[in-house]
Amino acid sequence: MDGARMWHVSEPLGVIHSDLCPFSADIISTVEFNYSGELLATGDKGGRVVIFQHEQESKNRPHLRGEYNVYSTFQSHEPEFDYLKSLEIEEKINKIRWLPQQNAAHFLLSTNDKTIKLWKISERDKRAEGYNLKDEDGRLRDPFRITSLRVPVLMPMDLMVEASPRRIFANAHTYHINSISVNSDHETYLSADDLRINLWHLEITDRSFNIVDIKPANMEELTEVITAAECHPHQCNVFVYSSSKGTIRLCDMRAAALCDRHSKFFEEPEDPSSRSFFSEIISSISDVKFSHSGRYMMTRDYLSVKVWDLNMENRPVETYQVHEYLRSKLCSLYENDCIFDKFECCWNGSDSAIMTGSYNNFFRMFDRNTRRDITLEASRESSKPRATLKPRKVSTGGKRKKDEISVDSLDFNKKILHTAWHPKDNVIAVAATNNLYIFQDKIN
Amino acid sequence: MNVKVAILSIQLRLNSIKKLSTIALALGVERTRTELLPFLTDTIYDEDEVLLALAEQLGNFTMLVGGPEYVHCLLPPLESLATVEETVVRDKAVESLRKISQEHSPVDLEVHFEPLVKRLASGDWFTSRTSACGLFSVCYPRVSSTVKAEIRQHFRTLCSDDTPMVRRAAASKLGEFAKVLELDYVKSDIISLFTALASDEQDSVRLLAVEACVSIATLLPQEDLETLVMPTLRQAAEDKSWRVRYMVADKFSELQKAVGPEITKNDLVPAFQNLLKDCEAEVRAAAANKVKEFCENLPEDNREQIIMTHILPCVKELVSDTNQHVKSALASVIMGLSTILGKDNTIEHLLPLFLAQLKDECPEVRLNIISNLDCVNEVIGIRQLSQSLLPAIVELAEDAKWRVRLAIIEYMPLLAGQLGVEFFDEKLNTLCMAWLIDHVYAIREAATCNLMKLVEKFGAEWAQNTIVPKVLGMANDPNYLHRMTTLFCINALSEACGQDITTKQMLPVVLKMSNDQVANVRFNVAKSLQKIGPVLDSNALQTEVKPVLEKLATDTDMDVKYFAQEAISVLALA
Repeated sequence: MDGARMWHVSEPLGVIHSDLCPFSADIISTVEFNYSGELLATGDKGGRVVIFQHEQESKNRPHLRGEYNVYSTFQSHEPEFDYLKSLEIEEKINKIRWLPQQNAAHFLLSTNDKTIKLWKISERDKRAEGYNLKDEDGRLRDPFRITSLRVPVLMPMDLMVEASPRRIFANAHTYHINSISVNSDHETYLSADDLRINLWHLEITDRSFNIVDIKPANMEELTEVITAAECHPHQCNVFVYSSSKGTIRLCDMRAAALCDRHSKFFEEPEDPSSRSFFSEIISSISDVKFSHSGRYMMTRDYLSVKVWDLNMENRPVETYQVHEYLRSKLCSLYENDCIFDKFECCWNGSDSAIMTGSYNNFFRMFDRNTRRDITLEASRESSKPRATLKPRKVSTGGKRKKDEISVDSLDFNKKILHTAWHPKDNVIAVAATNNLYIFQDKIN
Repeated sequence: MNVKVAILSIQLRLNSIKKLSTIALALGVERTRTELLPFLTDTIYDEDEVLLALAEQLGNFTMLVGGPEYVHCLLPPLESLATVEETVVRDKAVESLRKISQEHSPVDLEVHFEPLVKRLASGDWFTSRTSACGLFSVCYPRVSSTVKAEIRQHFRTLCSDDTPMVRRAAASKLGEFAKVLELDYVKSDIISLFTALASDEQDSVRLLAVEACVSIATLLPQEDLETLVMPTLRQAAEDKSWRVRYMVADKFSELQKAVGPEITKNDLVPAFQNLLKDCEAEVRAAAANKVKEFCENLPEDNREQIIMTHILPCVKELVSDTNQHVKSALASVIMGLSTILGKDNTIEHLLPLFLAQLKDECPEVRLNIISNLDCVNEVIGIRQLSQSLLPAIVELAEDAKWRVRLAIIEYMPLLAGQLGVEFFDEKLNTLCMAWLIDHVYAIREAATCNLMKLVEKFGAEWAQNTIVPKVLGMANDPNYLHRMTTLFCINALSEACGQDITTKQMLPVVLKMSNDQVANVRFNVAKSLQKIGPVLDSNALQTEVKPVLEKLATDTDMDVKYFAQEAISVLALA
């Protein structure tokens, strides 16, 4: 980011703070702003969804935009048991996606491994008073004592935010759902698991269309799985899905009912000099996101983020190294399973910058125009409210400067997998295990 | 009005929306207008079922608010309901608004109704704008020309709304709106909106424009169709999105009627050919489904020639399509072509196709041919097919999937009727008996029902000679399920066979089975006796049935005792 832009902490919103036991149910598993940026939803390992709302600017502190405060909390998914396969179904929320706003209420889709739910979040600020059959305190009145019929009136009450499940889309996925994405037609959405992608209509829960099926006839021939999928932001017929082999396929739903044959195939040829035992594992794409313009898409693999032009299939137009210093550590990262971590990535509102997470509670931002990058840390120590974030650096060479941290001192249990960028402003949300940090840039 | 009495005699909970009309009656028209309706306008927090019921009730509230003079008071709560996100509730609210619009005087329409429509059409939320689309056509006819111009303007705006949901709503109401407009405006306004929606970037909007096409084409005079409608229709038939092409195929018969014979000959025939050869199987299947209807509705003078030259070659290709749904769709209508083409053409051109589909690997295709044999029967008689028919039927009857076996059983009475009793006895009788001892209960049950229908067709004497001996023979089968099937058959057949056969042949077998080792058989004996009891004469009942039932009523098994006692009491034998 250019030097003038400073990021500082809005207010670290922790759920239950417990750096000592990161396996609590409250590990945040997904973060997503809605279309206007007014609301921010988080899902956690315990199946809960917490929604924060942007408070309006206060007159006292006009130089800062308002804070995000808790707006609604609800239990979206519960743990279940699949009796047929004797398997537990985790309640962890894998993804949340907001629907475009249709009326005063807000809608979002949340999914665990098997079931997608449509939730309505609405406000109630009036209550009926003046019932005939019961008193104000709820006691029943004697019908014989009622002398006239009255119509209740609606009186204002404290604002109550209610979340109610409106649709449940179940039983369509044999494997674990990794992505959901709402189509630009505002009527349909897709859901993807390891081997299949289904198309749903938001009003119809008992049927979905299978549009991609990469399951081989003989499961022993399985070499590749679907890792992420997304609908194009404007073209209702286009979607992409990424694979564990580092490829992206773009499909056109107009061409055929079944999109097993892709329209475009994106793959960067492998650099033979950097081939290793781990090459295929680290090439697995963990996230794919279209730019807001719809012209580009971004993919995240273990060590880098790549920006692709949809018109060029043979290589990305930009590649950003997230933590290249880990390349020599792949063996130990394989042993502690960190090599399988699935990092997400996101664009800013104008597509001029991208952000992704790393280890040690670090996250990285890249400015596509200036090619400058910055590493910041999301942790309680370095984030007092109103503080400005200091850029961090990992030392790769032998000599470690002051304030730098050496690769071997990185805490690999502190991973930032989920980040989100406000669709219009420079406000970002970063999930660090069970804490949520919201940062915004200072205007001056 | 004695309000006290009203309260006591009616279960009043003001949340009980289904009794809303009752409450309104109790309150009287004035209080309904001034208190109840405002309350309802603000209470849209409830469950969908409640809101749906509310929306419906309000559509019938005109008298309860004081008649047409006051009907506009119903508009505020309905306006509220027309903005909720739940589609069924919005649709019901719009339906009710349409209903009560008829009760508005033209003045009231302009003063109250049209402003509501305007408010909805310019609302912030997509939901209100989508609801507005459904209201234009009901208020347009009876308002002044200034207001008409406003309405047309609003509709135009919604057709190019930012959000696909609104454009979809506008597209789906385009035809209906066009119907109430003056013809000049149809040509000037509607056509351009139609063309725009038919080229919308969203597939879901374009495919709705296809439906509108039918309505619009019906409204315009023939000479205008070519310039105003056909270019758009041609474009739709070749749209990049298979879903749009599918809609064209699906609506083909309506389009055909709307555009008339000339355009059909010149444009629709080649379009139909292309749809039958479309690269997407879903489109081919939709078109295949329309083959018979399309051919039937071709102009008589060159119908045969068009079919033989243009349609039949495509149909021949479809018989060996790679996709089973396409073949299945074709099989369900192809037989109908024989009545259109007549005997000679059927024998020469269609018969080979029927036979090919009768041997198709997909059971559904074969089933669809078999279920439509009556068309062919009329034209050339079944005999031509019977040689191939029989192996096809046998194969379906023995298919590994029980649902396929079930389907063919259900066609058996129809086939038997068409093929005649000799053919049936010769070839199909064994099959019907084999079904009675199928592994799957649903098949045994259907087979029993099948026998009953056959007896109804062929008569009691035929039953006595061919079926009854075999059914009764199963009573000695070592498998108890088969012995029970005998009882179920007897239950089904006794009435059709009549008292004589039932008493002389069936009853002894039933009574003998009361000594069966398996309790299930014994209690089904009791149930059978109860069922066939009404067919027997009272002598048989008293001397033969009663003792056996009394014996069963003292059986060691609980269920046997229960059903025996039940039978005794129902037959009044106690």
